[in-house]
Amino acid sequence: MPVAEAIILTIITASIPLLLAALGELVAERSGVLNLGVEGMMIMGAVSGFAVSYSTGSPLLGLVAAMAAGAAMAALFGFLTLVLVANQVATGLALTLLGLGLSGLIGVPFAGVSGPRVANVHIPVLSDLPFFGPILFSQDPVVYLAIALVFGVSWFLFRTRAGLVLRAVGDNHASAHALGYSVIRVRFLAVLFGGACAGLGGAYLSIVYTAQWLENMTAGRGWIALALVVFATWLPMRLAIGGLLFGAVGILQLHAQAFGIGIPSQFLLSLPYLTTIVVLVIISRNQALMRSNTPACLGRSFVPDR
Amino acid sequence: MDTTVAPSVNQMSGRPTGEPTLEAIGITKDFATLRANDDINLSIRPGEIHALLGENGAGKSTLVKILYGALQPTSGEIRWKGKLVVISNPAAARRLGIGMVFQHFSLFEALTVAENIALALTARPSMSELKAKIRTVSAEYGLPLNPDSVVADLSVGERQRVEIVRCLLQEPKLIIMDEPTSVLTPQEATDLFVTLKRLSSEGVSILYISHRLEEVRAICHHATILRHGKVVGECDPQRETAARLATLMVGAELRELATPPLIEETAWVRLAVRDLSLPKPTPFAVDLDKVSLTVRAGEIVGIAGIAGNGQDELFAALSGERLARDSKAIVFNGVASGLLDITARRKFGAAFVPEERLGHGAVPRLSLSGNILLTRHSTNDRIVRGGVVFSSEAREVSDRVSEEFDVRKGSPDPEATALSGGNLQKFVVGREIDRHPGVLVICQPTWGVDAGAATTIRQALVDLARSGSAVLMISQDLDEILEISDRVAVISKGQLSEPRDASKITREEIGLLMGGAGEAAHAH
Repeated sequence: MPVAEAIILTIITASIPLLLAALGELVAERSGVLNLGVEGMMIMGAVSGFAVSYSTGSPLLGLVAAMAAGAAMAALFGFLTLVLVANQVATGLALTLLGLGLSGLIGVPFAGVSGPRVANVHIPVLSDLPFFGPILFSQDPVVYLAIALVFGVSWFLFRTRAGLVLRAVGDNHASAHALGYSVIRVRFLAVLFGGACAGLGGAYLSIVYTAQWLENMTAGRGWIALALVVFATWLPMRLAIGGLLFGAVGILQLHAQAFGIGIPSQFLLSLPYLTTIVVLVIISRNQALMRSNTPACLGRSFVPDR
Repeated sequence: MDTTVAPSVNQMSGRPTGEPTLEAIGITKDFATLRANDDINLSIRPGEIHALLGENGAGKSTLVKILYGALQPTSGEIRWKGKLVVISNPAAARRLGIGMVFQHFSLFEALTVAENIALALTARPSMSELKAKIRTVSAEYGLPLNPDSVVADLSVGERQRVEIVRCLLQEPKLIIMDEPTSVLTPQEATDLFVTLKRLSSEGVSILYISHRLEEVRAICHHATILRHGKVVGECDPQRETAARLATLMVGAELRELATPPLIEETAWVRLAVRDLSLPKPTPFAVDLDKVSLTVRAGEIVGIAGIAGNGQDELFAALSGERLARDSKAIVFNGVASGLLDITARRKFGAAFVPEERLGHGAVPRLSLSGNILLTRHSTNDRIVRGGVVFSSEAREVSDRVSEEFDVRKGSPDPEATALSGGNLQKFVVGREIDRHPGVLVICQPTWGVDAGAATTIRQALVDLARSGSAVLMISQDLDEILEISDRVAVISKGQLSEPRDASKITREEIGLLMGGAGEAAHAH
């Protein structure tokens, strides 16, 4: 297999967990909720997915369980921040700590064992094409699901009425409430979707990417996903590009180390964050862009007055 | 009702007849300790433009929120076309055919005009259908709008059009407008009246909330007047004088300002500005060019001028938000203050009231007593003692200011943002006057404030001056300047004219001075 092809394949697989988690967070943030617990939801998805997949022998059931686990964590977050109106930042950080600890505990019996893997698809003729076959037509099913989700979320947000309501809630929750929309319900659903996506992203690591459980295996990807949402200025299509870019940075730093290029790995690891800062500075100069895409109510609690 | 007043000449067609579209009977609403609405009766006929008049805090907004379903009345009933209804939320109001145009717009800034309108409709047309409909309605009623514009890019007048078109698409039988012209330019207001008359001729009722009497007299068929939460009168505004309407609103004849004569000879200079020059801080600001001025104890000096001629820059320099280059450029009570910060200037007896009350004069989400602390922390040794805040003392000052300036509020110590504009302005001005400052610099003292509150504030300024303080008032309201100033100067392009005796200067002369520096600049 040529080197370029191998690198592209690894970049795609490395970017999928980031893309899935970030896509879910994007929807939650568009509704005005800042959930910093992405890392915690991902790791819970990873451990729950692996446990179910290993115990039942069905990776599909594992993926479903991972989404359920991520959504359950999100439901806890939603209950605390939306119903009890707890501070979103503090609750999100707590959710990450809870997820990391709890996943370690649940994962003890599963450490060091190998689970079933998800097979890549194989389409006759197309998959056998040189170069394009492996890259475009013989990925694992989750890759295609993730791509479909990007288009699906984009269509939902900008073409459907429910998506319009969601954006309206994120832009001005008081007005949305005055028009008779249930701000809390919309946000709760968005947060649940975010949790399910983060759970799926985590399970991608433990079921598809590796097929084993390692404690703390998300290794900060939840934080990169959060940075990715800002990088993409809350637009799903841009998120897909950013996901590939951030995935590429992660992979290239591995190759750079392997080839003994004298750049400290710590610097390469910090590249996604540095890129986000640089991009933020650049796009912040374009006020119109920032204003129309940044959810104005992001992170602000809503209490209906009556 | 007393209708002995002679009918005015500009007769419009009288009050429409017919069964009322909406009747409110015995509406009462209590908030904690405040009875905002007390047994209010209101009846609106088809095709009628019905004015709801009242001062800030009279209970107009509360009544409107009840009619629109955003608040529930404590008691009372609402009849819609003769049938008893409960309007449990705004969506229910819209289903009945009640539309509302808010004073502070309830639009989504990041969304387009069409998206904003779609959100408010119960029917769900496709986007292309909706855009076509918006174009039709906006053309029909003379409300030009592009459905694809993002609201954040629109002017205030355009935003109001979005609200009106949004209302019209729901084919309402009653449109409630909460002070629609308070944010409009005169031309935009004239356009709005044309639209309103057209709607009225089509049988749509309009409940028009305002405290601008001339406007109400020009377009409304009938008026209900509220005071302290009660209906105090109903009348045909076209048959009343503005003065009589004002009397009904305020509850007494508007007080004539008492202005005792000025004793000039004994007065010493409390504020002296000498050759104050400052380059503009931003490209859109104005350079201050050798501004010189003295204000003596006991007098009010008014600075007139068209907005954007250096008023903001002058206020910032006087208050110490921007420092002068020379400490002697600004002298408060004999102390060279040009290089002192705002707190130091306050300690030497100066006080400042900026133009923008919410955000500059007061912190919106801070309680009134907290806002007292903001300007009094270093000048009142009872509120802050040894670095410790005694909030009960701040509360005492806040209560005293509220009582003396008749600040109406819903709870004992509400957040500043909970007060209506006029009440907050009275509070912000009262907070400074309560200190008995030697020098008061005040910008736009009665901007957007109703007649009663304006009289209170102006009287307080006169009383402060006559008690021996110096008052410098920067205002764009020429009537206000001529009413209470002893001397008048005009600021134009950052230059200040020589102050003149207010009793001897004419409006024409002031008008010439406002444009004068501009003509001089052309001559170069």
